Amino acid sequence: MLKLEKVSVHFGNEAALSEITLEFLSKKTTVLIGPSGCGKSTILRLLAGLQQLESGSIYFEESPLSPDNITALRHRMGYVIQEGGLFPHLTVKDNVGLMPVYLDWPPEKVNERLNELAELVHISTNLLERYPDELSGGQRQRVSIMRALMLNPDLLLLDEPLGALDPMIRFELQQDLKDIFDRLDKTVIMVTHDIAEAAYFADQIVLLRSGKLIQQGTLTELASSPIEPFVTNFIHAQREPLANLERMLS
Amino acid sequence: MRHCMVFLLLFLQILLLPKIGHSEDLDDPVARIAIGSKSFTESVILGEIARHIARVSGASTVHKRQLGGTSILWNALLAGEIDIYPEYTGTLMQEILVNERLESLTGLQESLKQSGIRMTMPLGFNNTYAIGVKKQLAKELGLERISDLNNHPDLIMGFSNEFMDRNDGWPGLQRHYKLSHKNVTGLDHDLAYRGIESDSLQVIDLYATDAEIDYYQLQILEDDLVFFPAYQAVILYREDILARNPRLAESLNQLTGKIDAQTMIAMNAKVKLNGLSESQVAATFLKETLNIHSKVVTISHWQQFLRYSKEHLILVFVSLSSAILLSIPLGILAAKRTGFAHLILGAASMIQTIPALALFVFMIPLLGIGGPPAIVALFLYSLLPIIRNTYSGLNDIPMHIRESAVVLGLPSAARLRIVELPLAARSILAGIKTSAVINVGTATLGALIGAGGYGQPILTGIRLDDTSLILQGAIPAAALALMVQGFFELIERTILPSRLNISR
Repeated sequence: MLKLEKVSVHFGNEAALSEITLEFLSKKTTVLIGPSGCGKSTILRLLAGLQQLESGSIYFEESPLSPDNITALRHRMGYVIQEGGLFPHLTVKDNVGLMPVYLDWPPEKVNERLNELAELVHISTNLLERYPDELSGGQRQRVSIMRALMLNPDLLLLDEPLGALDPMIRFELQQDLKDIFDRLDKTVIMVTHDIAEAAYFADQIVLLRSGKLIQQGTLTELASSPIEPFVTNFIHAQREPLANLERMLS
Repeated sequence: MRHCMVFLLLFLQILLLPKIGHSEDLDDPVARIAIGSKSFTESVILGEIARHIARVSGASTVHKRQLGGTSILWNALLAGEIDIYPEYTGTLMQEILVNERLESLTGLQESLKQSGIRMTMPLGFNNTYAIGVKKQLAKELGLERISDLNNHPDLIMGFSNEFMDRNDGWPGLQRHYKLSHKNVTGLDHDLAYRGIESDSLQVIDLYATDAEIDYYQLQILEDDLVFFPAYQAVILYREDILARNPRLAESLNQLTGKIDAQTMIAMNAKVKLNGLSESQVAATFLKETLNIHSKVVTISHWQQFLRYSKEHLILVFVSLSSAILLSIPLGILAAKRTGFAHLILGAASMIQTIPALALFVFMIPLLGIGGPPAIVALFLYSLLPIIRNTYSGLNDIPMHIRESAVVLGLPSAARLRIVELPLAARSILAGIKTSAVINVGTATLGALIGAGGYGQPILTGIRLDDTSLILQGAIPAAALALMVQGFFELIERTILPSRLNISR
């Protein structure tokens, strides 16, 4: 459904992505991971058409992504970013209902879809009349996800969607998100720098470093047959909170 | 709601446009005679004399008082925007027609004829420039002649702005007498008297018929090296008056030789020192000397105030609403196309660096005098704050919000309408408020080019040293600025925060 072929992007003299070739699994969750500046967010921005392609091609169902078809294709993508990107001057209802109203959906259908999604992302309907700054961080991200899902897209792009949340809310939202992905059966591409989060969500993990694709596969594959020591180091660069605690107590 | 506002503005504008420049009482444009005068009392009195004569001849009249300077009046006369104005032979020969090296009055008359302008013979008095000091200071320093100034190079001098620049003014005087004074500033002629009274100035230029010379006990320094030419007062009028209103031309010429220096000084004193109106003084003169009886038309304060208000409001409304309609799209263009940003903001900033008065005067060759050039100047002056605030309002929207609108798949026009403009609205309105306040204040300068408004009483007040008159212009102008500001704050409160209510 979605693949990159020899995609390169430079920021000034620096290669943000060099010759990345990558095919995403349809209706599965792929997690892009790697240290800061590895190019994981750039891939997501390329897919959404926020970043200009320098060389190579991106295929969305066999047709190459271009300025001509990107606006139409965006209606088939949902995009969620860390900051939420909600419009501060619109209520939750207007934020989420913006696109369907713009596309002339009948009002009953918009309302029906709103209620359906509110239930899915666990947003109570009395929050629909509020403005984004009247919501908590977790609620804002739930609304963002609602907005991304409104047109029932084939592809869901999430750029560190839980990055700005505190651990308890993050934990809860991780569970809900996983549940949503499982129920909706969509192609999901998620960017994170947290290997535990990646392990929790991913059907496939793509590990990047300095604009290059290092290795892709399931977590087990990455752990059992690492292509270079960096892979092992990256997977293990994670503190085990309980193990640490026990060591400190003993 | 926003669309309605724009249409309302446009509608009102179309409604008001034909009325610009028609703010005076006029009936038949053919019989209408427009008189101009310079921004000092003598000129206004002579203008009123011409006006009474024109009125008695059956014409409907307009007197554009205290226009900004000689070149404004001269060009307005050439362009037919005024028909008559009082002038001085020295100014004509040494300044306006200096390149023709005229030496006699007949030569001057011939030269004027070629431009379609006629001149009466001298009215009688010579209002030459003179250099004056306080009598007391003259005694202390032994000043009798202009040459004596060379013994005191530290004297503080203040000359009228026009005098500072004229061939027959300070530059020529300095050369002629080899004066080396450095403490020289330009200021309004009427303010110079206050300056010398308070000793912040020691030497000023005078018009020989100024009533203040006696009043402030000033001594005229003798022009011992004969620099100043004669400034015989004359009245200039357009040739077409001969055909349009021969009786008027004849009556104007009857003034020849009728006003001697004592008469003129006395008339100046009646206005400046005794507080009579120029119109009253002019009518009395005409009755006594030429047996011409003209009624003094007095307009009540209230009517006058209404007229100034109407003129001022039209200036502000038309210029500001046009500026809003152009600046917002320009600001959007600057924000959307980085290449244009420098060009647009640069051009608007450049306009803003032109001193306001200069901008008004620049418009005269293109649009003449009166409302239209003032409106264009105010319009240009109002652009920058709105353009800049539109530009920065759009640019300051956080990247993640702008990108969210892109990624949702909204085309750029819809992004602008639904997301970007509503978020930039507060900044845009702030720009409009700034422009409006600047506009209301700057519009007072319109009076200098014949556009009327609250600047008119301010100018007259400065000329007559009448603070209450200055306040009659300054207070309504300040109140209007506050009202306009309040109006936009009301809009801000009713339209913002903008709830689009799209899902209902």
